[in-house]
Amino acid sequence: MRNDRLVVVGASLAGLRAVEAARKSGYAGPITLIGNEPHLPYDRPPLSKAFLDAGADVDGAPVHPTFRDEATLRDELDVDLRLGAPATALAPAGAERQVVLRGGDAVPYTRLIIATGGDARMLPGGDELAGVHLLRTLDDAIAVRAALDAGARTVVVGAGFIGSEVASAARKRGLSCTVLEALPVPLVRSVGEATGKVAAELHRKYGTDLRCGVGVTALEGSSRVEKVVLDDGTVIEADLVVVGIGVRPATGWLQGSGIALHERDGGILCDETLATSLPGVYAAGDVAHFPNLLFGGQMMRVEQWTNAAEQGALAARNALDPENAKPSAAVPYFWSDWYESRIQFVGIPQSEEIRVVSEELGEEKFLALYRRGDQLGGVLTVDRQSQIMKYKRLIAQQASWAEGLAFAGVTS
Amino acid sequence: MKIVVDYVKCTGLGMCEAEAPDLFEVQDDGSLLVLNECPGADQLAAAQAAVDSCPTEALTLVED
Ligand SMILES: Cc1cc2nc3c(=O)[nH]c(=O)nc-3n(C[C@H](O)[C@H](O)[C@H](O)COP(=O)(O)OP(=O)(O)OC[C@H]3O[C@@H](n4cnc5c(N)ncnc54)[C@H](O)[C@@H]3O)c2cc1C
Repeated sequence: MRNDRLVVVGASLAGLRAVEAARKSGYAGPITLIGNEPHLPYDRPPLSKAFLDAGADVDGAPVHPTFRDEATLRDELDVDLRLGAPATALAPAGAERQVVLRGGDAVPYTRLIIATGGDARMLPGGDELAGVHLLRTLDDAIAVRAALDAGARTVVVGAGFIGSEVASAARKRGLSCTVLEALPVPLVRSVGEATGKVAAELHRKYGTDLRCGVGVTALEGSSRVEKVVLDDGTVIEADLVVVGIGVRPATGWLQGSGIALHERDGGILCDETLATSLPGVYAAGDVAHFPNLLFGGQMMRVEQWTNAAEQGALAARNALDPENAKPSAAVPYFWSDWYESRIQFVGIPQSEEIRVVSEELGEEKFLALYRRGDQLGGVLTVDRQSQIMKYKRLIAQQASWAEGLAFAGVTS
Repeated sequence: MKIVVDYVKCTGLGMCEAEAPDLFEVQDDGSLLVLNECPGADQLAAAQAAVDSCPTEALTLVED
């Protein structure tokens, strides 16, 4: 096609993988990669892990987890790179296919991949005080790291995975750290009560002051944050507050495009091949809802690294060759590093039963199996790195609950 | 072809084992054991999938 152009909006993991997969599949036409951030695509998981460690630096500057240098992107992958240039609008179906950038530039496309991920949610008032940070971007991580370097008394709001990794980093440096969680047990919604309790134990073991069932009523300070006020009247002094209360899909710019969005969170609705409701437009990664055929076509939006990497590549291949489009049907997998431990989860946590097998076997290292109907739906492990991928395979093979239990060494 | 592991980058996340269980196995301490450094012709596709899936880009396949 003469005016063929593949446009990718979102220059992070899923967006980069889309570009690389397009080239790998032999597509030689023009590619434009549009990114809101000024940075080259970089890797996020290290930002709440090694990047925050004391002395994790080269020549005084922390190692930036950049995926590819500019020459590779521009020359080798032959990408028209537009960084620091947020997309502000997408033309609706029927109109000329184009993405509009801030400043008014319009980029025409024949096929479009949307990989805009999500924005971390802030507490009300948090934007006005210095010392209150999110942890989603490289700039966030640089600020959090600088505060830790300065010896900040740290308060983390939200005992989710990222908040808990920040707490680990603060405690590793010997700094005092309080984690505030609105729910009675951390992570109950994402991985269930038993697992949440284990998470709570890990915090306590390493000297993090975890307070559950509390809400934050105010962040106080003159220009910098000084105090966090809780709904039970408690006041905690703080130099650094890291807010980890979740992510909202970054789809505000799609208003007026007519693209179908999820009614609850505004994520993009896709079919199993990641095609959206607009012709030629696909979505991938943290921003995308899709029916996972491995789990009975259940709609899911997955905020995990391997999902974003796999979907970015798949969306590009499907967009370029829709007749041979393949479904996104992988077993979700994520990891999180807390203190000296690695937590790993494969599958999906929505379940009818959770068996804490390690307890039944009298073993110290945590192992829980999640039942979905009569199938093994998910597995969570702590420091069982030799086992987790074997469970991932079992779930991929749609193993029965009994098979899962037998593999774990217990009976139903 | 030969599998080369950068053990500085590898943190044992295990995607390679998920892709190619006959070639890789993560140990309980998180270290990676390569079960077969020189995959046979029938294992090359799996080896390449393992290389491509590594979140820390610790694996490469080189001519031997
Ligand atoms: C601190 C941290 C630690 C993590 N640790 C783990 C972990 O241990 N394990 C795990 O499995 N996962 C982890 N994750 C999750 C993982 O990093 C994400 O799932 C992954 O980054 C999603 O990739 P993505 O490309 O879909 O979206 P993102 O990485 O969110 O990228 C979206 C990009 O699009 C850009 N964008 C947004 N709107 C626009 C616009 N209008 N125009 C142009 N560009 C736009 C954004 O600026 C951003 O650069 C972590 C995430 C964070 C933040």
